[in-house]
Order: sequence, then C-alpha cells, then structure tokens
Amino acid sequence: MRASLVEMKSGQSGVIVEIMGGPRMIARLDALGFRLNKRVRKVSSMMMRGPVVAEVDGFRIAIGYGMALRIIVEVMA
Amino acid sequence: MKILLMGNPNVGKSVIFSRLTGAKVISSNYPGTTVSFTSGYAYLDGKRTEVIDVPGTYTLDPTCRAEEVAVQMLEESGSDIIVINVVDATNLERNLNLTLQLLERKIPIIVLLNMWDETRHKGIDIDVKKLEELLGVPVVPTVAVSGEGITDLASRISEYYELSFAKTGNMETHSTEDRWGHIGTIVAQAQKITHRHHTLLERLEEISIRPIIGLFFAAAVMWLAFRIIRLIGEGMIDYVFDPLFSRLYAPLIMRLSASLGGSGFVHDILVGKLIDGEIDFTQSFGLLSTGFYVPLAMVLPYVLAFYFILGFMEDFGYLPRLAILLDNIMHKIGLHGQAIVPTILGLGCTVPGALSSRILETKREKFILLTLLAIAVPCTAQSAMIVALVGRRGGGYLLIIYGILVALWMGMGIILNRALKGESPELLLEIPSYRLPSISALAKKLWMRLASFLKDAIPFMLLGVILMNIFFTTGLVDLAARIVSPVLTRMMGLPKTVVVALMMGFIRKDVAVGMLAPLELTTKQLVTASTVLAIYFPCIAAFVVLLKELGIKDMAKSAGIMLSLAIIVGSLINLFWRV
Repeated sequence: MRASLVEMKSGQSGVIVEIMGGPRMIARLDALGFRLNKRVRKVSSMMMRGPVVAEVDGFRIAIGYGMALRIIVEVMA
Repeated sequence: MKILLMGNPNVGKSVIFSRLTGAKVISSNYPGTTVSFTSGYAYLDGKRTEVIDVPGTYTLDPTCRAEEVAVQMLEESGSDIIVINVVDATNLERNLNLTLQLLERKIPIIVLLNMWDETRHKGIDIDVKKLEELLGVPVVPTVAVSGEGITDLASRISEYYELSFAKTGNMETHSTEDRWGHIGTIVAQAQKITHRHHTLLERLEEISIRPIIGLFFAAAVMWLAFRIIRLIGEGMIDYVFDPLFSRLYAPLIMRLSASLGGSGFVHDILVGKLIDGEIDFTQSFGLLSTGFYVPLAMVLPYVLAFYFILGFMEDFGYLPRLAILLDNIMHKIGLHGQAIVPTILGLGCTVPGALSSRILETKREKFILLTLLAIAVPCTAQSAMIVALVGRRGGGYLLIIYGILVALWMGMGIILNRALKGESPELLLEIPSYRLPSISALAKKLWMRLASFLKDAIPFMLLGVILMNIFFTTGLVDLAARIVSPVLTRMMGLPKTVVVALMMGFIRKDVAVGMLAPLELTTKQLVTASTVLAIYFPCIAAFVVLLKELGIKDMAKSAGIMLSLAIIVGSLINLFWRV
C-alpha cells in the first residue's frame, strides 16, 4: 500500500518510493538522509496540519505538513 | 595555516572549539546554535594556530544563510588549511555525506568521531582503524564535553606539522546517488549495530512529541520554567540584593551625599535627588544610586534566573520539540516552528535573538520575525522592571501588558503574513536526542551570558544617567516634551514628563521603565507607558543588530511599523480604559 507520510499511521514503517518536490526540496531532504529507497518509520504527527516526525537510520526529523504530504512511502503491513 | 572545524549541525563543534582554544562560546543541544563563525587561537606544539568554528552544515550545497557562511568560509580560507570534520558518531551514515564532499575537494582532513561515549549506549560499534583505512585520513574518537580524545587530536594535528604533510582527501567526485552508495559500503564495513533497550530519556522524547500529551507537557514545562524564574529572581532580590543595598550600600552613599553638601550638580549626578532626605534607589536617579541599583539589584537576578532555565532547556534538547508543537501556529504568522528558538532567545535579550534569525531561509521570514521580536518580545531586563513597577499595583495589570503584547505578536504576524508577498517555507528540522546537561557546561554558559549582560548594561546605564542629567540641564528634555506632547498627552493620556523615559529607551529599556517610577503616574498611565516603551523602538544595542540583519530599507519599514503601532496601541489603551 502506498501512502504519504501524512496518511501513514504513527508507528508504521515503509520504504520511500517517491518524493514529489523540486530539486531544492529533494536536496534538503537528501542532506538529512531522506531519500528514495530509505526505510522510514513514522513516529508521530501534530494535529491540525502540524508537522510529521519520522525516523530514518535511528534519528528523527520533523517535516512540515506540506512537505510530508509529498513524500510517498510503500507501507509495510 | 588555519584549522577549520566543520560538520553537521549539533555535533559539538563549538565544544571542540572551546577545548582547543580555551575561548568561551555558547553551545547548546539544537541545530543552529552557531550562526556566524567564531575564531580563536590554539597553541599546538608551541605554535599559535588560528581555529575557526564554522556554522553547522549538512552539505556543501547550502540551503540557508548559516550554511552559506559555512561554505563561504571554506572557500575563502585558501589552501593552507586543515579541516577538522566533526562527525556525530551515533549518526555515521548521514554525517559521512559531508565528509565525502570534503574529501572530494582534496583538502587535508582529520575526522573526529564525536559523542563517542553515546555509541556504547546506543549499541553502535565503529571500527576506527577500518574507517581510517576506508576514508584515507586520520579518524579520532572524542567526547568533547568531557575532553576525552582531545589530546589525541592535538597530537594528530602536530603530526601534520612535523611531517609538513597532511593527508588530503582523495575521493573521486560523486553524483549524489553514487556518494550515498559509497557511504553505504563504508558504513557496512566499519560499523556494527546491536539491539538494545529504550532508555528513560527516550521514553520522555516520545511523550514530548505526541500531539496532545506533548502540548500538555509543553504547558507544564513552560509553567514550571516561569515559576522557577520568579522563585529565583524574587528570592535573590528579597534575600540577597535588597538587604545588601539597603543595609550596606545606602549608608555609604548617604555619607557621600553629606560630604557633597546634599545637593548641587555633582551631587545630583553621582547620588541623585534625595527623597525626604533619604536615598531612594528607584527614584533618586544618580549614577551611584539608581544607576547601580537597577542593573544589579532589580534586573540581574531575573537575567540570571532566565538564563539558568534557558541554558538547561537548550542543553537538554527541549527547544526543537517546541518548534514541532508550535509549527502550525507559527505558520499563521508566516514563519515555521524553528522560529520559536530566536523568539525564546529574544525573551532574554533581543541581540542574540536577532542573530539567531539566520537559521531562517528567506528574507521575508527574517523581516516578520525581527519586526515581531522588536515589537512584542520584551527582553528579560525590561520585563524585570515592568514586573517590579507594575506588579506593585496588582498582578492583573501585568496580564494586561503581556496580553496586549501576545495579541500584537499574533495579530501583526498574521497581518504581515497576508501583506507580504511570498509564502512561508516548511519546517525541516533534525530532532536531537535528549541529553542530561553537564553542570560545568551549564555554569560556564550562564557565566558567559551574565558577563555579557554586565558588560553591556553597566556602561550604557551610566551613559544613560549622565546623558539624562545633561538633557535636563540643557533644556533638551523640555524641547522634546513640547514636540511629542500632542501625541503623548492628547492621544495617550500621558504626562509629557514621560518623554524622559522614551528618550532613555533608545539607550536601555530597563532604565527607561525605571524612569517612570518617580513620575507619579496613575496605574492606567503606568500600564500605557510600559506597553508603549516595549513597542516603540529597540534599544541601541538591539537596533545595531537589527539594522545589520535587515538592511537600511527593511529596517526603515520595520521602524515605521514599530512607531505607528506604539502610537495606535497607546491611544487605544487610553481610549478604552475607563477609570
């Protein structure tokens, strides 16, 4: 099942399959270790379009709602 | 020959810098503490070597001002350099991205595996020899906060000197994808990860970023912080500074007053005016009376209390959690969550708050943040005086002042967000693990901040008191009073003597609020004047930094907003407050 980081439930894991953003957004995420084929776990998200907290390689990053919406993950059951 | 300390944000570069140079710099547990470079000197084998603490960057393709500074520093440093690449050992893979980019530039490099102690807790096992072999440059494990590994680092640097040869990076230039591939193979060969259990701190981490519990947690933290600041501040005033001044210092000043004849120009400058034949530290306004009493006995205790709490929260790593929780509120005013960090720093002093705005990406964000900082975020010195003066008339009046400031912050933010073209970028922030702060690091940081407060406060305070005395005797005050009296008296309902405080406010806000004390204002006037003093213009120290960060044009716009808001708010309070 494919879902954006926003749609994923807290605690779910998956693999990043698509980042729908410009080169700048991709570069910023890349520098933080967020890139295609990376295993990611959603930790939590804030209410009312707040940021999503996700974990890659054991460290955590807060991603704004708009950006999280454009990170697509193949969710593992 | 120069040494550049480079690495990802929040890996401990500034701590290493202090260890190498003995220089004092502020370090905390969140990305972006260092926003401009700091340089100092280290003595290695008796040779004086310049060391530069470069702001953290994830990559050599910069994404914000602080990162631009970092890349610029590297490019402008010439060829006679050694880069000490500080790496977070608990996060090898992501950190190696910058390391490889540095290696590709073929410059001499030493890699530091910092936070080495935490790898053990986290079940991470790095083979240092293997990593050295794979990277082709020296790799030194360190624990910067305790100093472990620093001697080893120093001897490695000396080796470079003695052999007058340094191992330069020797990597092929990669595309981004290939680079990550290469990093993957390096990490696979040099690092092993074993499973381990979650610690108590990690559980606390979970709680503080859950949506609802997190907000309650934040509210509790803020309430507690506020209570502790008041407890320490008031306690120190009541039990230490007030007794000290009234029992030990006052008799001395009275003797001086008597020997100067009890009045006259010199007497009034040094001792000030006697009130009922006695020294009144809040009303006399002499250099040696009010000039010392305000900064030392009224403001310093709160500054100390504020920075004690702030230092703890910074080093513990709580501030980035606030950034997450408040992100959507901050979006309404055109900023994102990370802007809460400069705002909280601004509650201490506008200067470091304004400097820290460099973590923001766009000019638009900086304009909004800095304008709001100047208008609606009073510094601790000013707050201490407002609490002392207005609090005496009733705690509810404090709520009015701070309520107005919070409403202005939010309201002006929303207006600026609508009025200015462009949109607010998204939050993208690494969240550091919680760490138990080291007592000595906290004490050192607190001392630095207090020293910088005293270094600024005392001279400006004395300058202010002298200037005011000169303004009074030359009639400049009367002139200014006549010019602004239509606005002051008719619109805001304030006596024109308040102009003295407004003039002083350009120099220091705390003394400016203090100058309201002898004016015998009604409560309504005191509240109006305190609020206007907070809004109308920054003090000179803050103004200089704002001007530098905004440029002349934006500063002029921002100042226009400040002045007109001050008049509008002052008039509205006057209009709607019926006694």
